[in-house]
Amino acid sequence: MAITVKVMDRPVEQVSYVRATLSGLAHTFRHLVDPHKVTTQYPEETEALSKRWRGTHRMLTNEEGKAKCVACGLCPTVCPANCIKLVPGEDEEGNRFPLVFEIDEFRCIFCGYCQEVCPEEAIHVGRHYENAEYSRDGFVYDLERLTAQTHPVCEMWDPADPDGE
Amino acid sequence: MGPMLLTPISDNPTAFAITSAIKVLVFFGVYLVTVALLTLAERKVSAWIQDRHGPNRAGPGGLLQPAADGLKNFMKEELSPGAGNSVLFTLAPAIAFCTALVSWAVIPFAAPLPTPWGVMSFSIAQLPVGFIFTLAISSLGVYGITIAGWSSNNKYSLLGGLRSSAQMISYEIAMGLSIIPVLLLAGNVTMDAIVKQQTSGGWNVLNLSVAFLTFLISAFAETNRLPFDLPEAESELVAGYHTEYSSMKFSMFFIAEYANMLTTSGMMATLFLGGWDIPFTSWDNTGDPSVLKTLLTLLSFALKAGFFLFLYMWIRWTLPRFRYDQLMSLGWKFLLPLSLGYIVLIATVLLVLQSLGVHRGILQTGILFVLNLAVLLLVFRIFDRGRLVSPTTSRMSTSALLRLKMQDRAASTLVASMQAESGLGD
Repeated sequence: MAITVKVMDRPVEQVSYVRATLSGLAHTFRHLVDPHKVTTQYPEETEALSKRWRGTHRMLTNEEGKAKCVACGLCPTVCPANCIKLVPGEDEEGNRFPLVFEIDEFRCIFCGYCQEVCPEEAIHVGRHYENAEYSRDGFVYDLERLTAQTHPVCEMWDPADPDGE
Repeated sequence: MGPMLLTPISDNPTAFAITSAIKVLVFFGVYLVTVALLTLAERKVSAWIQDRHGPNRAGPGGLLQPAADGLKNFMKEELSPGAGNSVLFTLAPAIAFCTALVSWAVIPFAAPLPTPWGVMSFSIAQLPVGFIFTLAISSLGVYGITIAGWSSNNKYSLLGGLRSSAQMISYEIAMGLSIIPVLLLAGNVTMDAIVKQQTSGGWNVLNLSVAFLTFLISAFAETNRLPFDLPEAESELVAGYHTEYSSMKFSMFFIAEYANMLTTSGMMATLFLGGWDIPFTSWDNTGDPSVLKTLLTLLSFALKAGFFLFLYMWIRWTLPRFRYDQLMSLGWKFLLPLSLGYIVLIATVLLVLQSLGVHRGILQTGILFVLNLAVLLLVFRIFDRGRLVSPTTSRMSTSALLRLKMQDRAASTLVASMQAESGLGD
């Protein structure tokens, strides 16, 4: 079938370029003098993050200041990006603890499964996004770094409480 | 300092040579700084119009942003296309840059300054050919752009250069013709005479409103500013004629654009807003020259030129770009006949007024203003109805348009019936 051209029926006689231009100029001028601006002046002011923001990780600690992690191995198992490296250890009383716990934040896809699966509520994804480093190695966070983080952690979505109250 | 002499400084050759050299250095220094600040002003205005703050990190309120931009451009790597013509490629930004600067030389931007060696005029060169010089130089500017487009050996650059030459040649005519009524009124082509005529006979924006509008539109087209920025048209031609340019060469085109804006703003202020004339008083243009007069008239000129600069930016961030055929038809079918007819009209009216014994003054201004209002009303009643900036179909004859519409209707009924037959109707 032949290609046809759609010819728009425009009300040419009623269209005024000059008037449209003038009203456009008035509109832009109103915005020009409007003191309300939408820019967030970033380093000085920041926008609030969602409670469910999933950023770089944080390992919570117990009262003695040691990581809550019991090296059960669930998080490296569930991790879809395979970015958690865990070597478990055991002390004289039979308590398991992580000898090595490293998260490669470059590989991480911030799905938050590690936090969801953790039985001890030890590993968390954090509400944090200022992560600049001078080298790529700096993005492999070890246990010391993970426990030293202080930013707030993500509140996971709870099926029993969908509105998050 | 000795007593102030009231003879022109050109009577004293040594003083004239020295002051001219100083004027060239100072005026172009100020000019280039203003151009640099204009790039900042453009970004600020665009930001405010879009409800943003604009650059505000470098220096107080972002004032050092042009310096930071300049530094960045000097640091950047300079590339030149391998298959291009490298001599012309280097020459092109220089042409664009120089021609943009040169026209500034003839604009008088303040009342003459008294010095111990004579009265110094406040334009670099008081050329007897005045306005014709600026017309000649501004048509040279198109070479820079065309050569840039051609020597880049890039299809987008070439298209940009071609568009630009077509556009600038088209609007050059309307621009030159729109200025003839001004020259008729002043009876002279020097800038000083045009300013003097307006101080005694009312500003030309009232005397010759139609010529002012024509000149304004042509000036936008000549400087390649929106809505006439087809030569660079980012969305169609990458960056038009300066696609291949980087580093300081690109920066020179950029500076040339703003320098052109500044020059045409100064030109519009001089030709139509009375130049350095301070309105509602004759104190500034009668009696002996004084330093205070020079300063105040300089301020007056700066405000007028600044208004046009703001208008340039304001319009840029308001209007969308014209389609190419709209651009051409506006130039050739509207502005050219309008300015030609206007010359005839003004010449006739001036002749009639002169034979009736009406000379420069309030009566002449009043008559011309009423006449201009009438012409403007007539023009916008007739032309501003889908004809100024036309839809694509405006170039078709009525019968061809009707046939297309019938075809369109027949095709859609055919499609509908086929869909109904095959049970696929929506």
